[in-house]
Amino acid sequence: MGSTSAQTNEGLGRRDLIKRSAAIGLISVPTMGFLSACASSSGDGNEKVEKGQKTDKNPLGVNESAPLDFVLFDGGFGQQYAKDAIKVYETNYPKAKVKFTPTQKITTELQPRFNGGNPPDLIDNSGAEQMDMGVLVGQKQLADLTALLDSASVDDPSKKVRDTLRPGIVEMGQFDGDPVWILYYAYTVYGVWYSQKLLDSLDAKYPETWDEMLAVCEKAKKKGIAGWTYAGKHPYYLPFSLYPMIGKVGGREVLDAIDNLEPKAWEHPAVKACFEAYYELVQKGYILKGTPGLDHIQSQTAWTEGKALFIPNGSWVENEAAKTMPADFNLAVSAPSGLDASDKMPFGTMWASGGEPFIVPAKAANPEGGMEQLRIMLSEASSKNFTQSVKSLSAYNGGTDGIELTPGLKSGVAALEKAGQNVVNPRLQDWYVALQKEKIGVAGIGEMMAGRATPAETIKKIQKFADEAAKDSSIKHYKHQ
Amino acid sequence: MQHGKYRFIVGFLAAPLALYALFVIWPFIQSIYYSLTDWTGLSPEFGFVGFDNYSRMLDDEIFWKSLQHSLTLAVVLPLVTVGLALFFAFMLNVGGRRRRGAAIAGVRGSAFYKIVYFFPQVLSIAIVALLFQFAYNPNSGAINSALQLVGLGSIQPDWLGDPDLALLCVMAVLVWSTVGFFVVLFSAGMASIPRDFYEAALLDGANRFTTFFKITLPLLWDTVQSGWIYMGILALGAESFAVVQIMTVGPNGGGPDYSTVVLPLYVYQKAFRDGQAAYATTIGVALLLVTLAFAAIVMKLGRRERLEF
Repeated sequence: MGSTSAQTNEGLGRRDLIKRSAAIGLISVPTMGFLSACASSSGDGNEKVEKGQKTDKNPLGVNESAPLDFVLFDGGFGQQYAKDAIKVYETNYPKAKVKFTPTQKITTELQPRFNGGNPPDLIDNSGAEQMDMGVLVGQKQLADLTALLDSASVDDPSKKVRDTLRPGIVEMGQFDGDPVWILYYAYTVYGVWYSQKLLDSLDAKYPETWDEMLAVCEKAKKKGIAGWTYAGKHPYYLPFSLYPMIGKVGGREVLDAIDNLEPKAWEHPAVKACFEAYYELVQKGYILKGTPGLDHIQSQTAWTEGKALFIPNGSWVENEAAKTMPADFNLAVSAPSGLDASDKMPFGTMWASGGEPFIVPAKAANPEGGMEQLRIMLSEASSKNFTQSVKSLSAYNGGTDGIELTPGLKSGVAALEKAGQNVVNPRLQDWYVALQKEKIGVAGIGEMMAGRATPAETIKKIQKFADEAAKDSSIKHYKHQ
Repeated sequence: MQHGKYRFIVGFLAAPLALYALFVIWPFIQSIYYSLTDWTGLSPEFGFVGFDNYSRMLDDEIFWKSLQHSLTLAVVLPLVTVGLALFFAFMLNVGGRRRRGAAIAGVRGSAFYKIVYFFPQVLSIAIVALLFQFAYNPNSGAINSALQLVGLGSIQPDWLGDPDLALLCVMAVLVWSTVGFFVVLFSAGMASIPRDFYEAALLDGANRFTTFFKITLPLLWDTVQSGWIYMGILALGAESFAVVQIMTVGPNGGGPDYSTVVLPLYVYQKAFRDGQAAYATTIGVALLLVTLAFAAIVMKLGRRERLEF
């Protein structure tokens, strides 16, 4: 039977040759090739379209025949609302052709286009694959939206778009200085979500202090219902109720110090007290069993099935959990419970802020068109359409009259009214994505809520993460103005 | 006979080598160049920063964690997968009870088992990862439900949610999904071993154990070694990335407290989440070195006298 001929020194055996080349090929393919495939290169980039005439109907001076390239994150809010707004654009500018691309793979599809210098004209930069805004701003890739904000609103030409927005929307789009880089289209209410029906069946009211919270959880436990559940695989949902609680207990300055990555910001007594309060839920067994292994959908399902009473979440949950939510669930949201009467801010203090960030790239061919599309979306009619179809508020202030609000939305509007000026807006999640989600969220709070770390250890760990981020020159740093 | 051999080889390989250089070697060189810049991946502009990325990498705790996990995968996965596959293949082809008229035979129903083992191979790794994600669900997943069913309701681990178990869970899935391929590969190898060797061994009174170590394994060594390298590269590269990214906890995977983060995943996160493409290529270069070292070590260790038959 055959020989493999590799014994002599003279020759390179046939098998050896093939094996070696195969091995080298195998090694190389998975490693780095893919990265340089999208490396920066020639890319002549977009040629800007000519500007159109500014008129009363066209305050931004859109070129009426220029095509518009619109990429939308196709997530919890779907794509219908954008399609409806595009129809308006096409009616106003019949000669313009709108290319609409709904996708969940924002980075995958758009990173190469940014690199090549031919990004689309309008992007909803959202979802798990969101591009880092800090980097985009730092690299001067975004257009300043001030022109849009200062143009006349669709509904009332005597008003600027800026004046029709909810408080905080414009500020959230700024990083430092005046330019506004991002327009958040949705308005999200964060807090503790629950079924009013289930709470009523326990003969309980929503707890305003932590002692009351523990009492409600104990009551639920006796009936075999867990007090809390949360997206265990994405523990950065916990801050939706934890951060405003910290703000309520210690005042806004504590949250601002945390956002500014100040040294020892996390060692503030209010942070410690709130962490200990949440840890008590773990120790007393008020967290649904198995929660640390559940993702957001699984935990929401367990919660809609009535296995747990409370869940920290944002207002998208009404749309996202609609499939499993019983008709008589009677969804409600509340501002987080505080500790006791000595808290710095009143009960009702909650986190609400813009969601669904829309951007217009600096190198877009038709930036005016992108902004005009946004201006249309910020009209009362489009905003109402959005609220009605996806059960979420929009950045447009108002637009809820005359439409029937779903229970969760209604409760959210009521909570916002109760909060009044006491709305906090922690910025970690849009300023420092990796720090907030992966480090503070998963490695810090997640481990504590799984019962594997004490509050003291967690605070120490998170402070270290924050200090590292503050020192890291590869990320851009921001401060509250 | 050796005259002109290299010219002959080169003549045939010139075109593929040129393609290879263009599409494989050149991107490598580019990647190494990019690792010396501060390119973000989100704009075409960047500057040259020398070895900053490398010194940063050496101070990066998460990099070391992912390196450690990748190395664990590269050592443990081939060991377990190849070991199991060898065992299964031996049982399917040689290990059965002696039957009349045949010197060697597989266990009863071996043809059926072969198909069952191979089955996961036809599923995309993404689907496998998703299926197991449901199975590992601590609340209603198949595994915890099965534990409950057999009266072990008190043991309900968090699986992927537990930093001590998460990496093991990931490894188990990778083993499950790849072992079938090696069973088939080794079965084919075993089929080419002459039967008279076994007959002679049996006449001498060898048991299964001896037969395996004295005949099957040595004659199968080339195949085992290739399988070993192949599995190691899977463990370092694409498959581990897919499973970790899809299954485990965290914004883009990586497990609770970074317990399952692996090098390719970290490259992905840095490049496509954090907008630090240059740093990602730096980690990619590290991954390249690790993979090369792995292949070199395995080839060195695996070198032994070739048996001819």
